[in-house]
Parts: sequence; structure tokens; C-alpha cells
Amino acid sequence: MDFKEVILQYVDYKVILDNLPMYFDGLVMTVQLVFISLVIGLCMAVPLAVLRLSKNRWVAWPVWLYTYFFRGTPLLVQLFLIYYGMGQFIDLNASSIGAFFKDAYYCALVAFTLNTAAYTTEIIRGAMKETPRGEIEAAKAYGMSYFQTFYRIILPSAFRRALPAYCNEVVFMLHGSAIAGVVTIMDITGVARVVYSRFYTPFEAFIFAGLLYMMLTFLIVWAFKQLEHRWLAHLRPRS
Amino acid sequence: MKKIMMMVVVFALSATAAAKEWKTVRIGVEGAYPPFSYTTESGEVKGFDIDIANALCQSMKVKCKMVPQDWDGMIPSLLSRKFDAIIASMSITEERKQKVDFTDKYYHTPVRFVRKKGADIAISPEGLKGKVVGVQRSTTSDRYLTDVYGEAVTIKRYSTQDEAYLDMKAGRLDLLLGDIIPLSDGFLKKEGGDNYEFFGPTISDQKWFGEGIGIAIRKQNKDLKDLFNKAIKQIRADGTYDKIQKRYFDFDIYGQ
Repeated sequence: MDFKEVILQYVDYKVILDNLPMYFDGLVMTVQLVFISLVIGLCMAVPLAVLRLSKNRWVAWPVWLYTYFFRGTPLLVQLFLIYYGMGQFIDLNASSIGAFFKDAYYCALVAFTLNTAAYTTEIIRGAMKETPRGEIEAAKAYGMSYFQTFYRIILPSAFRRALPAYCNEVVFMLHGSAIAGVVTIMDITGVARVVYSRFYTPFEAFIFAGLLYMMLTFLIVWAFKQLEHRWLAHLRPRS
Repeated sequence: MKKIMMMVVVFALSATAAAKEWKTVRIGVEGAYPPFSYTTESGEVKGFDIDIANALCQSMKVKCKMVPQDWDGMIPSLLSRKFDAIIASMSITEERKQKVDFTDKYYHTPVRFVRKKGADIAISPEGLKGKVVGVQRSTTSDRYLTDVYGEAVTIKRYSTQDEAYLDMKAGRLDLLLGDIIPLSDGFLKKEGGDNYEFFGPTISDQKWFGEGIGIAIRKQNKDLKDLFNKAIKQIRADGTYDKIQKRYFDFDIYGQ
């Protein structure tokens, strides 16, 4: 008996094959949740980062508080607050806002979006702050207005600098999304938990979920590599 | 290298398969299924299952160690030897029997639906169409609901019965399906439970709900199974079972 036979004897790969359609649905759910929250989160983060950099304390301070809270607490706690906490204050069957929070999917979407927006705000803020003074002075010298300077100079160069850090945030968000299963959402981890508890095969169920996450992670990292290659070309050593 | 690994595996298997004298029995319990098992504020697990477990151990003259474990991982943990027996209101079903052995039953109660008082629902594939039903994941209720009404209803699966109660109160669920005793004691009789009611017939089809609630043991431990069976008979005969039962219920939950 060689090693392969030993493995096949203990690993029940048929459980995975039989449940592939369910895993596929979970994959779609995970990608959808993470993608939508990342897009909305990024759209929120740019204006928030500008406010966060404002010299006016009353503008900067609330944004600081927001990022401080969402970066200072676990995503799971935020999800519980929104999912179970909302039910305590509003009647989920009476109003349209209740109908929104009744759905576990939207609760997770809100939690994930607020969370990623907080991290992304800080990433972009840092990148904007690092804009070389010379570039801004040059823009002024050309007679660009504040908004022109912002759109033409500060934002593009900040995005470039933020790219590697933002890649990390996307990967973290993907991994963080694994907690969606806790509130009855059938994402990759949710599916794995059903397979695990129905067929009593923890190893098979979770190793396959892990492989799916790994595949997504590689895809993300690869995509960002392409972007960096294109947009950070000026930082590459000449060959 | 391969040979050494194989030898280690074979040795490990044979060593544990050999009969051993049972001095300490580690028992897997749940802790979120009142009144059968619940966790007190100090973190202790208590309830009918735990009292029965202690009585059985006393009768078997062994020391017992309770190991709290989430429901999801009960059988995998038994198989990976985190404990030696499961006393956690587990139904004896054909499916589970493929992985573990069961003792004789130690109680037997049916399951039933719960709805908001006066809600307009009928128990049939048409009447349940589009309704959201909450169950505890990988329980007999989950299996029954999936097989019988899976096409008609949306099933929300929870790790614990308590989480399903929370979502019922929050209004995310139209119905709950579960064992009548935890539903009654853990939900309907608790604060806020008076807006809800049992409805429909009690359900106990043998095909899904098996022969009752038993103690799960690893297949290799036939000796432990015999010990438990003897102990169940003994506490039934000497009145210990009735004494424990009276603490929790005003009727006989052992069934016929």
C-alpha cells in the first residue's frame, strides 16, 4: 500500500464531488459580497480621506472616530451589532428600513462595507499625505485650482502609492468575509459548515473551502501585480 | 519512512481498539439547548442531559468529565477522541449510525412547528411556500425540513437553538421547527415567548427522527456501550431517572 492509497482511504473526496454545486453557490456568494462591499467602501473612502485630512477639527474628528471604531473592533462584533442589534431597536417587519436589515445578506454587506471603508480611508489618507510637496507646488505654479490639483495630481499619485497596501486590504476583506456564515449566509465557509456537519467530514469540507479562498487570493494578488506593473512603472528600476 | 508511518498508524489503531478498564469517561455535552443543557452565568454546563450523565456515571462507578462542545462538531470530536461519549440529546438515526454506535434511548419526544400567534400559515407544501423556517444545523429537524419541505420553504440554519430564538423574536423567521421541550421551555415560556405558539401536529416519523435520543459511542468501544445500557436500565429501575425527570418536566419524557 503506498502513500496515495493511505490518503484516499482516509480522505473522503466524494463528499466534495457530490456537493460541488453547493460550493459553487457559496463561491458566488462570497465573491459578490466582498466585491460589492469593496466597491462601495472605496467610493466612500476617497471623500472620507479628504475630510480626515481637513485642517478643520470638526470635520476631521468625526471621520477619525469612525475609522478608529471600525479598525479597533473585530469584524465579527460589528456584524453581530448590525445583525442581532438592529432587531432590538427597529421592528424588522414594519418599515422599509426594517425589511433591509431583516435580510442577513444586507446586514453583512453593511458591516463589510463600513469596515473596509474605514481601513481604505486610512490607506488613502496616508498615501495623500505623502504626496511630494514639489508636485503640488508645480501644479500651483501652472495655475491649477484646488480641485484641478486634487483630481490631476494628488488623487492619481495617491492611488498609485496606495496600491500595494490596498491589495492587502482586499485580501483581508476576502478572508474576513468567512464570518458571514455565522449569520446564516451560505458563503464558502457557510457551505463548508453544512457539509461538515451533515457528513461529519471536517477535514474534507474545510480543506476544500481553504483551497477556494486560496484560489481567490492568488487571483487578487495576480490582478494587483498587473495593475502595479502598469501604474507603478515609473518606480521600476531600469533594466 | 512510509513503512514507519504505517506502523505508527497500525499501532495507534490497535492500541485503542483493545479493551480497557474504564476509570474516567469523558462526555461531550452541548450547553445551549435548555432545559436539556444550558450554560450558567459562571460558565458551568447544567441541565437534564448533564444530570442523566452524572447519574449514569455513578451507576457505572466511573469518574465523569464533562466536555462542552458545539453541536456542529459533536460527532467529529467523538471520532477524534476529544471525548468518549455524547450525551447531548442526540437522536438515534440511520445516518449517524454509519459513523457511531448508539446505546438504547434515554428519552423520546417529538418535534413541532412554532409560529407567531395567529400567523396565517398552513402546514403543507403550498401553505408553507415562501416561508422562512429556522432550525438548528444538522439536527433531525433540519434533515426532515430539508427532505420534506426543502423545495417550498427557505431554511435558515443556526449553530445553536438559542440563535434561532433570537432571530424569531427579531422577526426574521416565520416558523421554528424543533423538539417540543426546548421550544417550550427555552422559548415559549421565556420572556417574550408568549407571542408565539405551537401549531400543527407533533412530528416523529421514524424515518427522520429514529428511535429516540441515545448516547453516541465510538464503534470500537462496544464495552462502553454495554456499560451505558446497563446503567440506563438501572437508573430507570431504581427511581433515579424519575427523580431527575421531575426536576425538569411534569410528564414522562421516556416515551413508550
